[in-house]
Order: sequence, then C-alpha cells, then structure tokens
Amino acid sequence: MYSNEMRLEFISKSSNEAFARISVAAFASQLDPTIEELADIKTAVSEAVTNSIIHGYDKKQGVVKISAWLKENEIIIEISDKGKGIENVEMAKEPLYTTKPNLERSGMGFTIMESFMDKMEVKSVVGLGTKVTMSKVIKPKTDKDEEEFKMLMTNT
Amino acid sequence: METEFYDKDKLLVLKITSEIDDHNVQEIRRKADYEMERYMPKRVVFDFDSVTFMDSSGIGLVIGRYKFANMIGAKLGVSNLSGSLRRIFDMSGVSKLIPTVELN
Repeated sequence: MYSNEMRLEFISKSSNEAFARISVAAFASQLDPTIEELADIKTAVSEAVTNSIIHGYDKKQGVVKISAWLKENEIIIEISDKGKGIENVEMAKEPLYTTKPNLERSGMGFTIMESFMDKMEVKSVVGLGTKVTMSKVIKPKTDKDEEEFKMLMTNT
Repeated sequence: METEFYDKDKLLVLKITSEIDDHNVQEIRRKADYEMERYMPKRVVFDFDSVTFMDSSGIGLVIGRYKFANMIGAKLGVSNLSGSLRRIFDMSGVSKLIPTVELN
C-alpha cells in the first residue's frame, strides 16, 4: 500500500525544528515536488513540531515523533507528542487563537498547516498528548513542464 | 542579521540572513529591538531577500516590531518577499498592516 515509510524521534528542543522539517522535506523529495510544494511541507512540519515543543511540552523535555509515508504521489505525515494535550481543538484551530500572546505567537499555526497541506487532522487528549496527521498530493509534472524545463536547460 | 543605516532619511534596514522559525526568531527580535532603540530611525525596513524559510513565527516577529516602531515614532515596511513568505503575510493580515516597500 505504501511505497515508502520513515520514522524520526527527537527531544523537544527548538533547535530540532530545522532538523525535523529538512528531514521530512528530504523524504518528500522522492515524489519530485516543486520548490513551492516542498516549502509548503517544510512550513507545515515546522508549525506542528513547534506546537509540540512550545505548547505540548511547554518547558519540559519530551519526545516528538514523526512518521511519514509515501503512497503513489501523496505524502502523509504524522507528528505526535506525549505532552499536555489541547483542551479545545476547534478553538485552537481558529486563526489568531493563541494561549501565549505574550511571546509574540501569532496563532496561525493550524491555519497555515490547513492551507499549505491538502488535509489536516488533529487528535488530542488532555494529559496524554497530541497527534497531527496531514497529507499532500504532489502533482505529477506534465509533459509541458518537462519540455519547458528541457528548453530552459538547453538555453542556459 | 545585517544592518544598514541611511542617515539622510534616518532609515534603518534590517536584513535577515537566517531562516525564521521559533528557534532563531528570538535572536532576530533581540537584535532588531536593540538596533531600533539605539538608532531611533524614522523608517525601518525588514529585508527578506536572503530568507530561505519562514514559518508563522515571522508573523509575530513583524507585528511585534511594528508595535515597537509605532512606540518610537517610526514607520515599518517589509521588502523582497518571496512567494511563500508573501502567502504567510497575506493569510495572517500582516500585509494589510505593513506595507511592502522597494529597496534600491
């Protein structure tokens, strides 16, 4: 069913945010995404991982897990923590909603995940943790794209 | 972050040279506030030309500096936004609040 699968675990240090998004992007690159599609995936992963570190574990240390699967031309990414969980997921997903406005947090994380990915689902249990599952179809490149690319390559 | 000062117009250009995420935004914020407080500019422009990645922590950064600029009587603008940065600023309403300006 899945053509490829990966798993990643790291402790909840903010310096791992870049590591997480770059690793997932490297895995996703097997689907031959455009630079823009890759940027979307990196941004969505960064938002979810930041949420786990900042909100899930707050200042405590914990483990953030990422699993990702490739299925035909789709990537499915699951990011989970065993942190404090979200009391009201619907409210958390509202644009501009944040529990930490004093830290200049914009409350746009879930909105960005939702609009940069095709699907996003949040499951959370207070005291047990949060799991975000999101997926994105990488559009197959058309012959026209490839022709243009070849033209570009031969002209330069 | 690199800084440029144009004394004629009291313009401060803050050129961000790293990725912008929750981890390194604190350092950018600290330096930006320090430079603004020290130079007391009339205009401040964030130059995003060298920014290869930004997530929603960039929204908080820019809105926070916008408030700080207002407090010291300066105007804030942003410059050289790539497609995905533009989308994040449009989505969050930052674009309505803070103008995009051209840098020479």
